[in-house]
Amino acid sequence: MVTFIETLRSPIERKAMATSPTTVLRVPPAVAGVDRDMDMSQHPAAITARGMNFYYGENQVLFDVNLTVPERSVTALIGPSGCGKSTFLRTLNRMNDLIEGTRCTGEVLIQGQNIMEPAVDVVLLRKHVGMVFQKSTPFPKSIFDNVAYGPRVAGERNRAILADLVESCLQKAALWEEVKDRLGESAMALSGGQQQRLCIARALATNPQILLMDEPASALDPASTSRIEDLIGELCANYTIVIVTHNMQQASRVSHQTAFFFEGNLVEVGPTTQIFTSPSQKKTEDYITGRFG
Amino acid sequence: MSTARPSMFQRSRSANPKEQLIHVLLLCCALVSILTTLGIVVVLLRSAVYNPGPKTAFFEEVSLGEFLTDTRWKPVERSQLSPEADQGHFGIWPLLSGTLMVAVIASLVSVPTGLGAAIYMSEYAGPRERSFLKPVLEILAGIPTVVYGFFALHFITPMILQPVLKHVFGIEIGLFNVASAGIVVGIMVTPMIASLSEDVLRSVPRSLREAGYALGSTRFDVSMRVVVPAALSGILAAFLLAFSRAIGETMAVTIAGGHKVLFSVNPFEEMRTMTGYMVHQSFGDNSADSIQNKSIYAIGLALFVITLSINIASQWILRKFREVYQ
Repeated sequence: MVTFIETLRSPIERKAMATSPTTVLRVPPAVAGVDRDMDMSQHPAAITARGMNFYYGENQVLFDVNLTVPERSVTALIGPSGCGKSTFLRTLNRMNDLIEGTRCTGEVLIQGQNIMEPAVDVVLLRKHVGMVFQKSTPFPKSIFDNVAYGPRVAGERNRAILADLVESCLQKAALWEEVKDRLGESAMALSGGQQQRLCIARALATNPQILLMDEPASALDPASTSRIEDLIGELCANYTIVIVTHNMQQASRVSHQTAFFFEGNLVEVGPTTQIFTSPSQKKTEDYITGRFG
Repeated sequence: MSTARPSMFQRSRSANPKEQLIHVLLLCCALVSILTTLGIVVVLLRSAVYNPGPKTAFFEEVSLGEFLTDTRWKPVERSQLSPEADQGHFGIWPLLSGTLMVAVIASLVSVPTGLGAAIYMSEYAGPRERSFLKPVLEILAGIPTVVYGFFALHFITPMILQPVLKHVFGIEIGLFNVASAGIVVGIMVTPMIASLSEDVLRSVPRSLREAGYALGSTRFDVSMRVVVPAALSGILAAFLLAFSRAIGETMAVTIAGGHKVLFSVNPFEEMRTMTGYMVHQSFGDNSADSIQNKSIYAIGLALFVITLSINIASQWILRKFREVYQ
């Protein structure tokens, strides 16, 4: 079996390892703060999806998905384009409500409440479950006003409280040092990587427990990507993170748990080390070794 | 044989006279509006600023200073014989005040309603509602303005303004008044603001709205704090275009606004506007060389300058403050 990790090695290295009787499979180093062998069963669940089906009109795109996301950990959702991983992510804060003609059955429990029920206040839900998008989406406002947006919408008017909050969120997003002298300037003037960290700071400002990230680094250069990955490692001490990524090295670096989606089905989920070194499903193995997708 | 014959694909100059004719015809169509504008400017300048012929232009008889500062408008021929009291006065302010009052009242009516309608169509309405609402609004923009004039005269003033003012504030107002003209012009330009603003609101990228919703915004938060600010330059440009349209509006204000030449800021007065004056004066039996007739061109030139500057300003705002989204 050729695992994903082996594909990262040079052919000579691979040959040497193949001949060695005691081949030890190692995943690339994880970012600080991520323990990829963590025993998930010991952690309380932040999100529990049960029997989830999702439809765009008549077209079913998710089939009976069951997934538990432990608190204060990173779960990576991987799979080829169109496999339903983004759709799944966007049901967790009911973002798909904005798209006409979508329908969802099954249940998603967050803090014991089924968020799929019509009685759920999606505005409150989304304050609790923040989201960062693939394309950075700063509002055409100042850096300060971008971060203060969420608290202001929630009714916070006190300038001093807002200033403290903006500073702490920018610090958590590792952006404070770069922008502290120009908070009044337009956020549109920041670089792509800075804009994405600003969006993370902005999401943190509503004080969420859960952070959803939809390919947050796919539009960024390698240096900015690595900053975002380090940031994910820091944030998972306090937040539950679910990240969709196309980059399997990224999934292996930043996540405790990896879930592989294929054609609308959740094929396999497990500790990241296990998924990348000894997946139980043939499909998973084929995908992470690059045989398709 | 092959040497004698021109290449199959060689372009021959006279090959396609039909194509050339079409080219010229289309060019003429494009030139018509440009030449017309130029012609209008030349006529305005000839009668208002400088006339190379034996006749004199308006501003050769009346100084620009007087035109811009005098607050009386009394267009009669000046003569050495008549006493000082009967001399003509040519200050633009009475007519300009009527025009600006109409435009301001029209803006007060049309900006909130037009923007509200635009926000409704772009943020609240479903695709089916929108495909119904927008054409209906645009039909409203196609109603002849004379109809709006009589609507103001026979409905807004007697059915709304007069009873409300009388019973609530105890004020009696006449049938002709600037307020009714302003309101009706406001109704008239609302579809224009709504339609232009809706276009710019819809051009705000969907990702920005999603980002707003993801931060726990209500639909109203997203509309007012994300979408409208992001489209502000386009909305401002729409307001300015509507304002300039209100300034140039003629038929409705001539009917509803009344005939009195008056320098005032009271919206319930009967006041003649610049365009109303032009209509009125051109129906008179003044000779082509009279000062009354020439004053039409002076007022026309002033209108042209005002609306042109507003349109240029709106273009500038659009270009200067547009947010560029990838």
